[in-house]
Amino acid sequence: MWEFLVSAVINGLMSGAIYVLVALGLTLIYGVLHIINFAHGSLLMLGMYAAFFAWSMLGISPYVTLPFACLGGFVLGYLLYRGVIGRFSAGKDENILLITLGLAIIIENLSLFFFASDTRTISMPGGDDIIIIGWLMISVPKLISFVAALVLCAGLSLYISRSDLGKAIRAVAKERQGARVVGINVERIYAISYGLGIACLGAAACLLMTSFYVSPAVGHAFVLVAFTTVVLGGMGSFVGALVGGLIIGVAESVSGAFLGEQLGQIAIPLIFVLILLFRPTGLFRGSQ
Amino acid sequence: MLLEVDRLCKSFGGLQAVSDASVRLPEGGIVALIGPNGAGKTTLFASIAGFIAPDSGTVRFAGTDITGWKPHRICMAGMVRTFQITQPFSRLSVHENIMVGAYARTANAREAADRAEAVARQVGMHHLLQTESINLTVAARKRLELARALATQPRVLLLDEVMAGLNPTEIQEIVDVVKAIRTAGVSILLIEHVMQAVMSLAEKIYVLSQGAIIAEGLPQEVTSNTAVIEAYFGKKKVAA
Amino acid sequence: MNTEVTPARRGILVLALIAAVMGYPFVFTSNYAIELGMLVLLGAFLGQAWNVAGGFAGQFSFGHAAFFGTGAYCSAILVSTYGVNPWLAFALAAVSGAVVGGIVGALSFRFGLRGSYFALITLAFAEILRVLADSVPITRGGLGILISADPGWKNLQFESSTGVYYFAAVLCAISLLIAYWLKTSRFGARLAAIRENEAAASALGVNVFWQKVHCLVLSGAMSAVGGAFYVQKYLFIDPYLAYNINRSVEMLLISMIGGAGTIFGPFVGALAIGLIGEGTRALSTAPGLSLVVYGLILILIIGFLPQGLIGLTSKLRRKGASNAS
Repeated sequence: MWEFLVSAVINGLMSGAIYVLVALGLTLIYGVLHIINFAHGSLLMLGMYAAFFAWSMLGISPYVTLPFACLGGFVLGYLLYRGVIGRFSAGKDENILLITLGLAIIIENLSLFFFASDTRTISMPGGDDIIIIGWLMISVPKLISFVAALVLCAGLSLYISRSDLGKAIRAVAKERQGARVVGINVERIYAISYGLGIACLGAAACLLMTSFYVSPAVGHAFVLVAFTTVVLGGMGSFVGALVGGLIIGVAESVSGAFLGEQLGQIAIPLIFVLILLFRPTGLFRGSQ
Repeated sequence: MLLEVDRLCKSFGGLQAVSDASVRLPEGGIVALIGPNGAGKTTLFASIAGFIAPDSGTVRFAGTDITGWKPHRICMAGMVRTFQITQPFSRLSVHENIMVGAYARTANAREAADRAEAVARQVGMHHLLQTESINLTVAARKRLELARALATQPRVLLLDEVMAGLNPTEIQEIVDVVKAIRTAGVSILLIEHVMQAVMSLAEKIYVLSQGAIIAEGLPQEVTSNTAVIEAYFGKKKVAA
Repeated sequence: MNTEVTPARRGILVLALIAAVMGYPFVFTSNYAIELGMLVLLGAFLGQAWNVAGGFAGQFSFGHAAFFGTGAYCSAILVSTYGVNPWLAFALAAVSGAVVGGIVGALSFRFGLRGSYFALITLAFAEILRVLADSVPITRGGLGILISADPGWKNLQFESSTGVYYFAAVLCAISLLIAYWLKTSRFGARLAAIRENEAAASALGVNVFWQKVHCLVLSGAMSAVGGAFYVQKYLFIDPYLAYNINRSVEMLLISMIGGAGTIFGPFVGALAIGLIGEGTRALSTAPGLSLVVYGLILILIIGFLPQGLIGLTSKLRRKGASNAS
């Protein structure tokens, strides 16, 4: 029983790290642009398809695809902002939500149209390897993803806090008009930040594909996970995304273990509802 | 006394926005609240009208303690406020805007429409009834604020800087409208910066500075009061 | 040319519309065409249900499937497990939708949620209900509920596709009447005020919280009726069909594309979506293409035509008037 719980927690931490990576992008986008990116889940799904096809058509392992997925994600995000989001972002915040919803619908259904609804998985060499510590069984790909996700998060965090670009991003997040006054090209920073957010998804997608599956519908599940993580952690807070992601991962895993595969899925939307009602600002205050 | 505000206090964080403010409005009277920027006038108004809950003190309207009541309840009881920065229902026409106020007193659409039209006439907006309110000039928006509030058939009207942003002609027009409203039986408490309006309307003035009432009385008394002058202009340096 | 829409003109348009809807099955007699017409009418009904909250009151919801699915399950469970008369179950389904709408509204608005946060929490509520429907015995979980076929009006089951079609037409007509009532009543005027400016509405005597809750109650009841109708038509429901996000999105799309906050917006939207769906099917039968187009249109509408397709008519009218002068 005890081992059962610990096992669930450990597994939860593993998946949680990837949620952190997904949430990082979302919280960065919210923190800087103040938009709720509903397209986040479907963009992740796109990245996962990219990783899948890189493997199935070119034989490239997702770990190798990762840097390219990040780059591709960045470019895609940048262009999406320039071409669509930035252009239509005037006005009420519900408008942006609907625009990103429109994007999500388009991406998801283009995927459905071109890739069909079958689930796809990557079976890599070493994909089923397990490390055994006493009674504890840890999947190797998940462990690698865990470490990689945390490293990437730390890397991004460092970059944002140390680099000049990072300073500009933080300036725009804190005080848009002031940033404009000192000569920062705010629109460019917006596009870059959106791009960075999607780059995170590229990385998360590759890591996910080492142990998960992809289908056009996968985006929905991840949208809710991502939002719950970000709202729990605090919109705009990197630390919040880290803590939130891990908590959500563990909560999902533990509830799945104790409530069963179906009912266990209630954990995330339930947490989401409770947080929104009772503590919508989340655990940590935003502003990286 | 129709409206009695007693020792009202409100602080935000460490800042004491209003301290021990007491204001009286007699039935049928017009009373003005003046003071330099940041004196706490709008906070006081918001506390009276139910948008903010005061920390302490009471608000009595027609003998009933309404402290802490929500705005809609206070409106139904007969006291309504207008907003300093106008808040039109943008995509609705002037007529529809005023009807929302009229609906406070009737559930019937025909009645509400007729009443709204009558009120529009009262404030001189009859020719603008079908205009979408987002297309109105500043002066017209002010009248709309007034009209909407009037349509609720209030006993007390709280006017928050209704003259702000108007030119002298427009100010005189609104002053006349306000006087007519009072003649029709509505008591008025107004916040105002525009002294032209204050002097022609107010029967009594309260001066608020840094959250506290530093003077009250007839307009002539108050405007020659040194404390009031200092509050606005600072202490006068005596020439050596 | 006089381009103003007078009451007389409007009356004629409405009569023409009624005639067109009633006469449609006689012109397009294939089962496929009649079924398509029925789906458009059902879509218009469901779109109007969303419109009550999203368009008239400005409370955008991403989770209306929560109400639709509840109505569907309520009806299905009562009929198949408890043998309740389908007409009674239909009515009770409406009540179930009203209750869930009231709960979602009361919770969300009590805690001050609005705008995007409200949209997201409705999404979560729908998801919670989906998981519950997937897990509890009374809904038979993932297996879903089958209603035994026994066609006939007393069972609220339809013997022919024209029967379903006209039932849907009646529902659609009722929804239009409800929308008309909202446009001309105090309740509707208050919802519009809340949509535009809650603080100002409150200052004018509107109890914003209760009006919003009532609005969700109505919207929920209508959505639930749509769900109950769905069950009686297809005789099957499962957690996915009831509560999946596509259901919610569809209701939203219909209203937004046609024109949120208008009486005929959802009807126009459902028509547009139906036509586009048929158009894309001609290009390719692979699923997804039509939704891609809908997504594109949604973005274009938000960006260029926020009043929806209905807004086009007033834009054209204005152009006509300025050309004439």
